[in-house]
Parts: sequence; C-alpha cells; structure tokens
Amino acid sequence: MKFDTIIIGGGLSGLISGIYLSQRGLQCVIISSGQSALHFSSGSFDLLNNLPDGTNVQKPLDAISELIKQAPTHPYAKLGENKFKALTQQAEDFFKNIKISIQGNHEENHYRVTPMGTLKPTWLTLKNLLISENGKCLPIQHPGIFNVTGFLDFYSQFITDEFLKMGTKCSIHSINLPALENLRKNPTEMRSVNIARIFDKQENIKELVQILKAESKDCDSIILPAITGLNREDVVDYLRKEINKPIYLLPTLPPSVPGIHTQQKLRSVFQQNGGVYMLGDTVLRAEMKGNRISQIYSFNHGNIPFVGQNFILATGSYFSQGLIANTERVYEPIFDLDVTFTPNRTQWYNSDVFESQPYQSFGVKTDNTFRCMREGKIFENLYATGAILEGFNPLKEGCGAGVSILSAMYIAEQILSK
Amino acid sequence: MNLQQHNISDNNFEQCIKCTICTVYCPVAAVNPNYPGPKQAGPDGERLRLKKFNFYDESLKYCINCKRCEVACPSNVKIGDIIQAARIKYSKKQPKFRDYILANTDLVGTLSTPLAPIVNTTLGLKPVKAILDGVMKIDHRRTFPKYAFGTFESWYKKVAKKQATYPGQVSYFHGCYVNYNNPQLGKDLIKVMNAFNIGVQLLEKEKCCGVALISNGLIKQAKKQARTNINSIRKSVLEKKLPVIATSSTCTFTIRDEYPHLLDIDNADIRENVELATRYIYRLLGQKKTKLNFKTGKKIKVAYHTPCHMEKLGWAYYSIELLKLIPNIELTILDSQCCGIAGTYGFKKENYKTSQDIGEPLFKQIEALDIDYVVTDCETCKWQIEMSTSKQCEHPISILANALE
Repeated sequence: MKFDTIIIGGGLSGLISGIYLSQRGLQCVIISSGQSALHFSSGSFDLLNNLPDGTNVQKPLDAISELIKQAPTHPYAKLGENKFKALTQQAEDFFKNIKISIQGNHEENHYRVTPMGTLKPTWLTLKNLLISENGKCLPIQHPGIFNVTGFLDFYSQFITDEFLKMGTKCSIHSINLPALENLRKNPTEMRSVNIARIFDKQENIKELVQILKAESKDCDSIILPAITGLNREDVVDYLRKEINKPIYLLPTLPPSVPGIHTQQKLRSVFQQNGGVYMLGDTVLRAEMKGNRISQIYSFNHGNIPFVGQNFILATGSYFSQGLIANTERVYEPIFDLDVTFTPNRTQWYNSDVFESQPYQSFGVKTDNTFRCMREGKIFENLYATGAILEGFNPLKEGCGAGVSILSAMYIAEQILSK
Repeated sequence: MNLQQHNISDNNFEQCIKCTICTVYCPVAAVNPNYPGPKQAGPDGERLRLKKFNFYDESLKYCINCKRCEVACPSNVKIGDIIQAARIKYSKKQPKFRDYILANTDLVGTLSTPLAPIVNTTLGLKPVKAILDGVMKIDHRRTFPKYAFGTFESWYKKVAKKQATYPGQVSYFHGCYVNYNNPQLGKDLIKVMNAFNIGVQLLEKEKCCGVALISNGLIKQAKKQARTNINSIRKSVLEKKLPVIATSSTCTFTIRDEYPHLLDIDNADIRENVELATRYIYRLLGQKKTKLNFKTGKKIKVAYHTPCHMEKLGWAYYSIELLKLIPNIELTILDSQCCGIAGTYGFKKENYKTSQDIGEPLFKQIEALDIDYVVTDCETCKWQIEMSTSKQCEHPISILANALE
C-alpha cells in the first residue's frame, strides 16, 4: 500500500496532521489502534495555563519566551516564539475552516467549567459549553441545572455549591422521560453516550422542551449536562429557539459526548479529503533504509506493507501505548526511538499524587523539526507529534491539546515544504 | 489448592479500564435495551463469571458478534471473543429446531438446490411465511435468499479440467452462499482469476465455515466442520503450495480468527495463506504489474458498504481500491456501520426489530444516494440491504468481472 504520508495514531494530533496534508493534496493513511483520547475530552483545548515553575499564565503569547527559558526541550520551545504565535492563529482558522465551532482565542485564556463545577483556564472550548471570561464569576445569575434522573456522571449539587461561591444561585431539576426508562434497566449503562442517543431523536427532544419550559420559569438560563449532540449538532440551537432562554452544556465525566462528536467530525473531514482511516489495527514493525523509514507492517495487513515518503508518529503516551514503561526503562515500541527519561526509577514519580509527576514529561526525543532519532541518529522522514513528545507536562502546564495541535500543524508544514 | 486456576482468563479482560467506548460503538446496545452492552457483557461480566458460573446472563445472546467493540477498544481487549466464549462455555440454552435449521446451511442447501424453483416460490408464499413465523419463529417479514438451481460445485466439475491448464493456480473456498445461492459469484471469481492467467481449484473437501453453528450454539458440529476445512486448507497450502482465497468476508474472518479464538483449533501454520480474493488480487496487481482489460462501458455508480467482519479484518481498503480500477466508476464509500442482519440473527422473530433498527441509518444513507448498486463483500449484508432498501447489492468481484472484457 503506497501513500505520501503514513500517520500512526488517529487521535487529535494524527487527525489534524492528516487533514492538513490531505487538504493540500497528499494521499494519507491513518492507522489507529482503537478510539482516541478525544473520547475522554473536556470539550476544551488548553494552550498554556502554567509555566513549568508553576506561575499562572493569562496570556500565553506573553509567557512563551519565559517558557522557552524554563523548558528548552518543550515542544513549544522547538517551535520558537514566532512560529508558536503564527500557529495558534492558524489553528483557530483551521477549526473554523472545517466548521468546528469554538469559543475563545490565543490572546487570553478563558475559563471552562469542570464536571465538579470549578473553573479552569483554557484556550478553545467547543460551542454550547458554558465558559467564563474572567475566572471569578459566571455570565449567568439564576440558572436551572437539569440532570437526567439516575445519571451519575454529573453532579448537580457539587456544581450548585461551587457556583454559589461565585455568586450564581442555581436551582436543581431533574429530567425523566419514558424513553429513559429503558436505559435504567442497566444502571451501569446509564452513561452520557447512551443518554445522548435518546436526545438525538426528535420526539424525545420535543418532550425535553416541554420539561424545560415547565420548570425553568424562574431561571434566567438553563444548564444541561453534555448529553446531546452525538450525531447531530442542532439540538441546543433548537432548544434555545423553543424555550427562548440561554442554554449551556457542562461536561460530564467520560465518555465525552462533545469529544466523541469532535473525533467523528475530524475523521469524516479527513476521509472527505481523500484520507484513508484504518481503525483497530496495530503497527508492529518498521523497515529502514539508511536514515529513512521505508515501510511499516501492521497486524491486520500482515505481509502487505505500508510504503510511504513520510511517517508521522502520533501514538500518544502511556495509555495508548505510544510509550511503554517497564521496571527498567521507558521505550517506544514500534521504532525503538530514543526516549528521554531519568534512569533512576524512584525519580519517575512523586509520591504526592497532586504534585508534578516527572514521568509525564518523558517522551520521544526529537530535533527542532520534531524528527525522531535512534541512538542519536536522526531519521529524515519520521516525525513525532502530540502526547508522545518529550519535555512537557500536559497536566501541570495545561498544554496537552496545544502541543498536539501545534506540533501536528508544524510537522505537516515541514512535510509540505520538502 | 491452586487459587489462580479459577481467576485466570484466556482472554485479556483485565486490560479493560471501563471506559465504555465499546458500548458507544455497539450497534445492538444502541437499539435494544435488553442487551447490557459489550463492556458489561464482556470484561465486566467475565470477572464475575470466573468467580461463579451462575453470573452468566442469557442476554448475551443478543450480541451479534460484529466485533465493532474490539475495533473501537483503546486497550485492545478482545471484548467480542470474551462474550462469544462465555456463551459457548456457560449458556444452558439448547438450540431450538429452528436454530438447527438456520445454522445447517450445508444440509438445507443440499436439500433445496435440486428443487430450487419450487423452494424459492414456496418460501415466498404468505401462508408458508406465516407457518414459519408461528411454528419456527422465523420472522414473516424476512425475505429469504433465493436458492440456485444446481450448486456451484456441480457446475465447477464441468470446468475443472480447463482450470487446471492455467499456469498459475489458486484454491477457492467458495462458502455455502456461492454454492447454494449465488454460483454466479463463483463463476465471476473464476473469470477474474483467469484474466490474471490463474486457474481456480476447489478444496478437496469444503464444509460450511461454521459461523452460523457457532452463533447458534452448535459448537461440537462447528468444531468438526472446522477440522475438515483446516485439513483441506493444509493440503492446499502446505502440500500443493496453493494459497486459499474466499469471496465471503465472514467465512474468511471465521477461518482466520474464530477457529483459534472460539473453537480452539490451531491454524497458525496456514492463517496467513487464507485471504479474501480482493486482497489477493491487490497483491497480484502490485507484484506482477498485470494489466486488466476493461470494457469501455457506460458509467456505473456504486456505493461500498463495509461489513462488520471486513471492518475487523481491516481489509475494506483492498475491495475499494479494486473498484477504483474500473474505468467510468463513480464510487461512494458508505459510513462503516452494521446493517443489522448478523447472519442468522436477523431471521429470528425475536431479533427482527433489533435487526432492522440497527440497519436503519445505513438504509437511509443508501436511499439518499443516486447509485446503480451497493457493493459489499458479505452475502448476509447483501440480503439485508436488498430487502430493506430499493437497491441491488453486488460483490466487488462480480462488479469487476462485469467490467472486464
């Protein structure tokens, strides 16, 4: 099988690079072993919330030079200040261009609401999700929080308590429809996605309108858990029109309906641009010629190799097995690339779970154009992007999605300029 | 006492982190509230069943074994295998007479083909359908696949000699569908292979791959047939050095993956040499640079449907690439989603609604297109699509054969 670019990993990073390249005429394949981390997404993409030393960041563009000083192997440091700025703008245009509606921009972080009701800074948030501009108060005074009876991945009371601290007084309501009764037969399956299937159906949405109308008389706005919009995008707009009140979604605990919808949308854009998406396959090994990867082999395709000009490694970190840690080392399983990690295993983690965990910053070593290496020798046509990269701590710095998006776009540019 | 002997599973259920992504992509859980979903039926339930067998839940019978849960799983858990293995191990339900009839494709096919015109007419009659529905619980709304008048195997005898004269040779696992229902597909395959100067042989002895026996709980018989098939495949691959190709994605998947996983029949020595015809041809085109002679025909508009087992194999690519070779073809790729029939599942009265509900989004997508044919590698998808939409459904090999000089 011959392609211009072969992308291993079908999550945010793999899809962004795949779309970017296929939009510009390159024949790409994405090989993905199972669904991606977008299925657990908050619905927001972080760019930079904290510097490595813990300093809060309000305006990522202003903080980037200090970040580069503090973390010279950080993916943003490899991009450099100017490229970082250019790419953040490009990324926002990219989402608009493929019709993924987002709130927020790179000038200044806004705040997303967590499933527990607290606020966290972020860069971009999918439309319909509630955001705050300043992190101290919310744009609504007396919202009604409506949850589906028996849905345990959304906590109206916690949210109410947190919101009250910011001066927003919520009333709590519950939603019950006959269609939901069926779900209740399996309490363990009362999950966001299963509920979302019900609220994709017009007859159920109409019933929801009746409930919301009847119960929201004293509310200035309505808050729903993100349990709608799995296969259609117009539900919240429709509700707003029918009820004539602001309606916001809040993220639930995983699985994430907005995240899944985004994944499916990105995949479909990739395919519409001629990309081939192969799900449920695992890349097993690679063949090299000199300092180039010539072809790779996967489980499903046996002795028929994927032959390509360029290869992008977007396999993620530990959870998706892009990186594997054993008692001795942290390694990359497909190409056995050079990986940065501290040799002494006791220094991999911090026993305080809320502290910065060093293992989070381990990852594949690259040059400044994100080309990978083995035993110090650079592969000319193998690039790494996203969570597998070295030098950043996505949790502590709040930069995971930004690294995925920006590095993917940068690599795509490199490949196109060859 | 060895404590571990009771809590170790052959399947990797302990890799499951309960993320529920499998359930997101389960076609049955989406429409049938009686099915607990793959996470619960698979790894969650397995943990309990290993403790005590009576945690087994008969609702696992609603699983259609499409394996879309496995394709979606980020942790590589063999969810579908866990569910099927549990059904084999724990289900106390005896297969009904109906299940026996539906699963025994060879027996029913052998009885029906000599009388095909009568059988086909009879099975289409309303009173007959009512009896099948009432007595056998085979849903009266279901259209039966037509039987051919004479089998593919009996036709093949007439061409066997000529096939042996080609310089290249390959073995063909035709499956029950080609043999009893659609010998034309077998003939089309021979035409295509001959265009590559390759003759087609049949296996020394071929039985139904057993997929319907497995899903209906007739495991002993499935194992017996699997052994016969594997022995014949071994003779072809190891003694005659001839790879085995098939036109049915489900037969191929069953022989390659379900034999070792569910029936405990080792196929490691021949697994790589059993593949779909479209993949074999893709390989030929890459190696030999053979040029196919296409007719300069009129434009043809088709939409490719990816069957579940094709999705699991990951091989839809080969069929799609083959279709793209045809001049004047306009190809649409349908979203990869289950059509709902799942072999004999959709024929059963109790599953009819689930089956049609699963397929509905696919049917809608097909009806919205302006196309001449739906194309797919699975015969039961074909039945379902032809029954549930206004479109005719053909195999990629037949489309290719038609386009060749």
